[in-house]
Amino acid sequence: MSIGHTLLGLLESGPRHGYDLKRAFDERFGHDRPLAYGQVYSTMARLLKNGLVEVDGIEPGGGPERKRYAITDAGVTDVESWLAQPEKPEPYLQTTLYTKVVLALLTGRPAADLLDSQRAEHLRLMRELTRRKSGGDLADQLICDHALFHLEADLRWLELTAARLDQLAAEVTR
Amino acid sequence: MTAAPEPLLVATDLRKAYGPTPALDGAELTVRAGEVVAVMGPSGSGKSTLLHCLAGIVTPDSGDVRYRGQQMSLMSDGERSALRRTDFGFVFQFGQLVPELTCLENVAMPLRLAGRRRKDAEALAATWLERLEVTDLAGKRPGEVSGGQGQRVAVARALVGAPRVVFADEPTGALDSLNGERVMRLLTDAAHDTGAAVVLVTHEPRVAAYSDREIVVRDGKSRDMERAA
Repeated sequence: MSIGHTLLGLLESGPRHGYDLKRAFDERFGHDRPLAYGQVYSTMARLLKNGLVEVDGIEPGGGPERKRYAITDAGVTDVESWLAQPEKPEPYLQTTLYTKVVLALLTGRPAADLLDSQRAEHLRLMRELTRRKSGGDLADQLICDHALFHLEADLRWLELTAARLDQLAAEVTR
Repeated sequence: MTAAPEPLLVATDLRKAYGPTPALDGAELTVRAGEVVAVMGPSGSGKSTLLHCLAGIVTPDSGDVRYRGQQMSLMSDGERSALRRTDFGFVFQFGQLVPELTCLENVAMPLRLAGRRRKDAEALAATWLERLEVTDLAGKRPGEVSGGQGQRVAVARALVGAPRVVFADEPTGALDSLNGERVMRLLTDAAHDTGAAVVLVTHEPRVAAYSDREIVVRDGKSRDMERAA
């Protein structure tokens, strides 16, 4: 995810301090990975340097000065073109997992067990997301659904690989 | 730590062949009260045969299914039928509601078969239709409702008799994602509330994610995925 573009987008509704931006980000997008303060301030410094935000005001406080940031016209254009640009679809192959399966076959270890334990781990996470989804609001449900569909695709790959393990073993050990 | 509840159903070393083709080849499964167990596996792996053996619909060639300690193969056909009426509930892929009856009458049917008076049976059936959020379908016939609505009626019918075990064979197989998830949420919530166990045959991982644990059947053999983790 582009943190810079996301923070810019959050600024479109009005100027905010760095702390407010972090809080707004975490509430909407940071369920699993809240932003570090350092990351907010370094990103804002970069956006400032590139003319995408400006300092709207400074409030002196007990600690460091609190800058309030506002998005510039260039910033709005930047958000607009980022939103309009489709994300590159990535055929997602778990390369580590594939490597592990092939190595297990090459070294005579039980590759089927490896696939089964990965499958159990995937389903464990899918259960957790399903529980979170049933107790959550629509935003939560959509975020969980996205993760669930990806995990389901992985799980189908695990199933298919398990079903073709003998064939794969014959190929890699040839 | 609380002790695990006593097993309701225990299947040991089940073998079943249809002609020369083995459908089950040493499958095992234990189901405890109140848990939702997903049975997964590729098409033709034997998962539906396993469900039918557990429910006493199919008799295995060898091996043993015990329900609350009682060996099902030693029961008469009549005793097994009675067990299916009183202790088991069923949900199938296409609902299998009786087309001539209204949805309310379909849900009341297991109670009527168990000898309950029509008025009592239909009153209880109405509470289950409400619970499954399909009260407005009471007077409609199955042909007049959508697939998702029909499955919710089927879930109500499966649970109305307070079964100890619900067998669900691909209950969302004919539904789109949203309707499928709604049926699963209502089924598992109702089962958890009533303490019924659910044996859920599915090939969809997102449906299996509503379970508490998973068994995979491959080539007629079962694997408990708790032990694989």
